[in-house]
Amino acid sequence: MQTPAYIIAEVLISGNRVYRNGQMIFESPSSANAVAFLEEVYARFNIDYPKFYKMDSLCKLGFLAAELLLGEIKDQLSETETGIVLSNAHASLDVDLKYARTIRTGASPALFVYTLPNIVIGEISIRHHLKGENAFFVFKHFDGNFTSRYVNGLLENGLIRNCICGWVDFLKESYRAELYFVSPEPSGTNLPFTAENIDKLNQKDNG
Amino acid sequence: MDNLKQKLKEQIIERLNLKNLKPDLIGDDQPLFIEGIGLDSIDALELIVLLQQEYNIKLSNAEDGPRVFYSVSTMADFIRAQSGAVKIPS
Repeated sequence: MQTPAYIIAEVLISGNRVYRNGQMIFESPSSANAVAFLEEVYARFNIDYPKFYKMDSLCKLGFLAAELLLGEIKDQLSETETGIVLSNAHASLDVDLKYARTIRTGASPALFVYTLPNIVIGEISIRHHLKGENAFFVFKHFDGNFTSRYVNGLLENGLIRNCICGWVDFLKESYRAELYFVSPEPSGTNLPFTAENIDKLNQKDNG
Repeated sequence: MDNLKQKLKEQIIERLNLKNLKPDLIGDDQPLFIEGIGLDSIDALELIVLLQQEYNIKLSNAEDGPRVFYSVSTMADFIRAQSGAVKIPS
């Protein structure tokens, strides 16, 4: 049995609210729409990354969640040994539909490059110079059991030293990002990274 | 004021989602790529589509791209050369 991994930090973005480690850190109930809310989050936390505006909505959401997740723990990132394991329900359907609409008048290259869900992993990787193991899975619902087993497997086999993992889903006005930073070296919340604890966090966040 | 250049700046910002920029922050002769306003290869493709859709101009030789898309001024010169008197889209 290997040393258990811990959830060092967590971020949830959903319902026009942002939570970090269980505490609400931003709320904007009057945002005109989901993308407007994400752009408010970008401005509120003084993030300086002009490419943000070019991203599709899924990438905007995942990028912001990663920014807020890693805010105070960036020193724990390893260029080749930090993994990223994400999942969602709607893949890249939000931008797929937008791209499909442009085909009639002239396909947009800027939209086309986002028509895969794992591009959000690429955007996070570019931002933080990460080249470690990564994977993107599509499930109907967030599967804490699968995620914990998959990430713990990567850790136990020495393929990664720590991991950004979780759920990033965006379709029209429905969105949710729930990211965890997981490491075998305890710090922060010190909550063991188990399916049970992920489910507890899910229920708490949903409540 | 050169209406074509002004229109191009507005179209570039709109098309490339450059919400952090305003038209008057883009110099007529400022390089559009890398050291200028930082456009990338995907943006170059988007500019090609912009020329096709807004000005009905096809860039037939890809090697002309760096020269044509060097700045707003070079884009405007290319559009004028290709189409004579350009009617600026409203």
